[in-house]
Amino acid sequence: MNRLQVYLLLFFLGCAQMSAQDYFPVNDQVKAKNNNYMAFVNAKIYVTPVQVVDKGTLLIREGKVVQAGKSVTLPKNTVVVDVSGKWIYPSFIDVFSSFGVAKPKKFSAKGRSAEYGPSREGFYWNDHIMPENDAIDKFTYDDSVAKSLRKVGFGVVNTHIQDGIARGTGVLVALNREDNDAVRILDDRSAQYFSFKRSVAKRQSYPTSLMGAMALLRQMYYDADWYAKGHVDTKDRSLEALNRNKDLVQIFAAEDKGNVLRADGIGDKFGIQYAILGGGDEYERVADIKATNAKLILPLNFPEAYDVSDPYAAAYVSLEDMRHWNQAPANPKILAEHGVPFSLTLHDLKSPQEFNDKIRKAIQYGLPKTKALEALTTVPSDILGKSDEIGSLQPGRYANFLITSGDIFEKGTILYENWVQGKRNIVNDMFLKDIHGEYKLVVDGQNFSLSIKGEPTSPKAEVKRDTVKLKAKLNYGNEWLVLSLVDGKENTSYRLTALVDPDDDKLKGRAVLSDGKETTFEAVKTGTIDKKKKEKGATGPNMVAITYPNVGYGYASIPRQETVLFKNATVWTSEDAGILENTDVLVKNGKIAKIGKDIKAGAAKVVDATGKHLTAGIIDEHSHIAALAINEAGHNSSAEVKMTDVLDYEDRGIYHALAGGVTSLQLLHGSANPIGGQSAIIKLKWGESPENMVYENAPKFIKFALGENVKQSNWGSYSRFPQTRMGVEQVFIDYFQRAKEYGAKKKSGAAYRHDEEMETLVEILNGERFISCHSYVQSEINMLMKVAEKFGFRVNTFTHILEGYKVADKMRQHGVGAGTFSDWWAYKFEVNDAIPYNAAIMHDQGITVAINSDDREMIRRLNQEAAKTVKYGGMTEHEAWKTVTINPAKLLHLDDRTGSIKEGKDADLVLWSDNPLSVYAKAEITMIEGAVFFDLEKDAKLREAVKRERNLLIDQMLTAKESGHKTQAPQQNKKELMHCDTGAMEQ
Amino acid sequence: MKIQAFISALFLSLMAVGQQTPAPPQTEAITIEGATAHLGNGELIENSLIMFEGGKLTFVGSAMTKIARRGKTIRAQGKHVYPGLIAPSTSLGLVEIDAVRATKDQDELGEMIPHIRSLIAYNAESKVVESMRPNGVLLGQITPKGGRISGTSSIVQFDAWNWEDAAVKVDDGIHLHWPESFQRGKPNKKYGEQVSEVKDFFKDAAAYGKVRAQEVNPVFAAMQGVFEGTKKLYVYANGEKEILDGIRITKGLGAKEVVLVGGYRAHKLIDFLKGNDIPVLVRHTHKLPFYDDEDYDQPYKLPKLLMEGGLLVGMQNSETSNFQTRNLPFFAGQTVAHGLNREEALQLISGNTAQILGIADNYGTLEQGKSATLFISEGDALDMRGNRLTHAFIDGREISLDTHQTELWKRYSKKYEGEMEGK
Repeated sequence: MNRLQVYLLLFFLGCAQMSAQDYFPVNDQVKAKNNNYMAFVNAKIYVTPVQVVDKGTLLIREGKVVQAGKSVTLPKNTVVVDVSGKWIYPSFIDVFSSFGVAKPKKFSAKGRSAEYGPSREGFYWNDHIMPENDAIDKFTYDDSVAKSLRKVGFGVVNTHIQDGIARGTGVLVALNREDNDAVRILDDRSAQYFSFKRSVAKRQSYPTSLMGAMALLRQMYYDADWYAKGHVDTKDRSLEALNRNKDLVQIFAAEDKGNVLRADGIGDKFGIQYAILGGGDEYERVADIKATNAKLILPLNFPEAYDVSDPYAAAYVSLEDMRHWNQAPANPKILAEHGVPFSLTLHDLKSPQEFNDKIRKAIQYGLPKTKALEALTTVPSDILGKSDEIGSLQPGRYANFLITSGDIFEKGTILYENWVQGKRNIVNDMFLKDIHGEYKLVVDGQNFSLSIKGEPTSPKAEVKRDTVKLKAKLNYGNEWLVLSLVDGKENTSYRLTALVDPDDDKLKGRAVLSDGKETTFEAVKTGTIDKKKKEKGATGPNMVAITYPNVGYGYASIPRQETVLFKNATVWTSEDAGILENTDVLVKNGKIAKIGKDIKAGAAKVVDATGKHLTAGIIDEHSHIAALAINEAGHNSSAEVKMTDVLDYEDRGIYHALAGGVTSLQLLHGSANPIGGQSAIIKLKWGESPENMVYENAPKFIKFALGENVKQSNWGSYSRFPQTRMGVEQVFIDYFQRAKEYGAKKKSGAAYRHDEEMETLVEILNGERFISCHSYVQSEINMLMKVAEKFGFRVNTFTHILEGYKVADKMRQHGVGAGTFSDWWAYKFEVNDAIPYNAAIMHDQGITVAINSDDREMIRRLNQEAAKTVKYGGMTEHEAWKTVTINPAKLLHLDDRTGSIKEGKDADLVLWSDNPLSVYAKAEITMIEGAVFFDLEKDAKLREAVKRERNLLIDQMLTAKESGHKTQAPQQNKKELMHCDTGAMEQ
Repeated sequence: MKIQAFISALFLSLMAVGQQTPAPPQTEAITIEGATAHLGNGELIENSLIMFEGGKLTFVGSAMTKIARRGKTIRAQGKHVYPGLIAPSTSLGLVEIDAVRATKDQDELGEMIPHIRSLIAYNAESKVVESMRPNGVLLGQITPKGGRISGTSSIVQFDAWNWEDAAVKVDDGIHLHWPESFQRGKPNKKYGEQVSEVKDFFKDAAAYGKVRAQEVNPVFAAMQGVFEGTKKLYVYANGEKEILDGIRITKGLGAKEVVLVGGYRAHKLIDFLKGNDIPVLVRHTHKLPFYDDEDYDQPYKLPKLLMEGGLLVGMQNSETSNFQTRNLPFFAGQTVAHGLNREEALQLISGNTAQILGIADNYGTLEQGKSATLFISEGDALDMRGNRLTHAFIDGREISLDTHQTELWKRYSKKYEGEMEGK
């Protein structure tokens, strides 16, 4: 069989099979059926990534694999194609695609005030929950996109509407050009999808935050269960769909290492194991990620190097971002090493064309090729539960396979054909003769030099007469070569055509000259082209070390507990013992073991603290550092959201606060709504995971807020209740009344709808959860105490409480504590009467007073803020010091564990260079539970290390740029600096 | 009787609406003896003797000096005396409550508005201004904000019936906010264009000044002092590129007296700034490091790096809320743990600032012949632990240290004392 015959045969075979449904009438031809077999012989065949056959045969029929192996018996009606030297792979599968599904249109919020209700009727109360969406309803096969996917080896994609928090079901579709949806749709309810991202098309405010999205998902599952049990009289198509889709594969678009864990946590609560789309940074928390047991879907979104050639601009790029550039390509490798199963996706690439470069880069960084192939074939089919249909070339699977010139992951390998459901798609002409080379070209007696180079499948010609370059255009395909030349100097042109003889290196054929004269030409090969230029930046990966956390000033390893003896310090006990001169403190097993004079060191590391001051670590009652979100502003109550859900353990604010002697803080929800969210109470263990930062058995707290922020007074928002202080009271009364009724119903044993918000409020009523309430003016302070008294509980803390001094007597009576600013005022109307004497007056009235920061700058010097209570109102120095140590510990119900220097308590300690209340004092050592999380010596080393590493990475990026890699403009990684108000304003 | 006293006190405090009554001119000589005098020029006199009369310092020296003590004597052993602290580049008196638009007068429409003058909008009765005084901040450069050229500042003292009485130096300088080459975390593609706009404006303004114009252009007219050297040009710039461009270009276009404000990266350009004789009003210390990977104490030590390099350095907190300006002594004190000595730290907010603002002939240091603008503190005024004022004088006038805040303090303290007594 000559090549042309093979072509034709393949063409007809490709067309004929499976072209129509059996029972459909046919009126344009006879209803003929092709039952022939087709065999590809002499190929290296990857039946699966680990089952490889040399010189094997792949036998297919009617779009499916019959057999693949070494010795395959070929039935008589088999068309045999000899593909010796070629490699055959199962084609690739993308689990996470938006193929054929239009992106929903973004709503425009301009000039419209926020909407709090749903826009739909007969569906779930929240617009961002859309499990009723079925991608199949929106699906339109788009072959131009399919072609771009086939071109890089994909045969099947799993697509869905990438919008909203619950996104409905997806469609598994083969990229089959010739047949229709009846054939190519492999599953029209292939999986159910979720994410933490709001719908771009919907205006309903809730949720405005990540923690809100998490709470919403949890409530959605509770509600689905409640609905399934028949407790709901009305119709909810969303919940019905959610329940209907329960048994499908559940896929969660997390897109970030932390979100992978967040998603898995939600799944665990409801007995669901999601397959999870990662963000490409999972390597940083690989152990935790492995523990999820989730199968991951990983993007290949390795960032481009920053263009750091302008040193002024380069200064803006953080080490964290530079490192991510350096480390991210190792993500698949590191996950593979740890045995985390994952598939790879094109998601988050700018175009499918980037795929080849990216996958090669991952392999260059150490991802084994077998793993890469698994991640593109067997793992995705496994995630989808479709291993018996796709992902391998075992018998019975769809005949979805690739024919290549060699190892598909090697540069220079040509993908010839991508067969989908037994249908042939030519990517590059497999039988095209390679005509690259140097030639001596003779046309009409004239001599030229011709060199043919460029991509193997789309060669370019360069033609010179002596040293004069001619304009040359080369077309090559289907064995025909067409070359047109324009000689600008001589004002002549040549048109050459030739049928390329596969067995002869000589090119010869017809030439037509400018004057129409027809003649012949001949090109004799004189040499080959130096094919490989130097590989771009072929120096190989030079990966820098991962630190804890993996940002600037991260530690090489997490600090461990030490046995330490502080010798001869001035010890500020924050206890009745007061300030002790020349005193030793022994730290052992994370606890303060002994306080006294001349304590024997034993094995302890001795710190000479002569002339220095040792105190308990500072505790900030009110902070918003270390958080990815602050406000869930979508409802006037968000009691269901948890700050522990959104801890940002990589926030440099943690390190900065440690350098200011802070060891613990309450991460509060913001003040966007009267009833805020649940607090996280953490120790600033820089380098630890968020889970390990949170106090064990932490007391439960919730943020409440009053005044201008909850009324939305200072920005143009007029549509959310309450708009006045009068309304604020009613919000509380209403919620607590409902909570009371909810609690009673729950207690009665009757069936009740589990309500995350009510559960939290019931805890408050039961005295199990404490309120820290943002408050300014006396009227509202008094009001909340009265509401609490009415419902039989006590407000634990008023935070900010700038007019506390006006109602200090009432506060004492109620038994509430105060966390206040030292001297802030005049920034809004309700702080007009704020005075810096506030703390002292409340203290004198017997109220437990803490000084708080609510600010990532001020938290660095809370010791100075405490000192202001000496200046304003004349507190004694020791009492002043308590406002940032034992007093906040008391307010947080942690005073039995931390906040003072007392034997048996946690060794959360700070060594100061001077009187800790002084502006001249510097924290020299900050210790948490006996482990040193900051000290000046370590800091000095880290500074050097950071500088060195920045220089190294800048150098690497310059090299990358010089060797032709794409770069991106320098960018500053500016995290939003959060206060109470952050995120409170509506979009 | 007690109840009567309480009621009258209550009545008095209810009467008070903000600003304390300004003090009358000094009529009697005053002698302060025994205090540690911090002169504001880097020098310190232990056991000092300070005398002033008619608003001027007549003697500053050691208490060991044999010289007749004049007038009323304040025994100040163990206490500290400082020159009145100066807050440059502040919108004090232009903004009362940040969140209430009606109380804001610091930002006029327009990009290049040098003719906009702060002085006439300065509220001499501001409660926020008043609150500066108990911490020792007695003078300020009242400065419009916003836009490229935000307007013309004036320097005032903080104890006056009205802006006219408050004025110490009228229309002292023009404030130019240099374009930023990086904005919102990304390179500013319009930087070059924005710089050109500034250049063009300066060229136009300079050309305007070359002839007596028949038609007055108030905008260009306001710029003339910059070219004549009667108005300082305050260039706000933080990045290296911005500092280089801002200084080089404005000097090149004829600005005579240029001051750099901000200067976050000025420590990288010490020689350049020295060579061009540029003083710096450095960003105050209670800020976060601007770049992610900087030393945690970079803002704390920046003033030291600049002073150590031999620059003339003052400190401003123009980026923060006005109420924070009373913390100026502590912003300066913060530098001490990071390399400056206490007297140098004081210079940042007194003598140096006065020199930079051009009021050193009368303010900023305790020197004979200068204005008696000073205060006495129980302890170290740069430290929260010690900053407790017993007296403050502006031009020899003993000013009230009460404020809206101290009145509320007293009023509510009395409320509780009254309650205690009632029980």
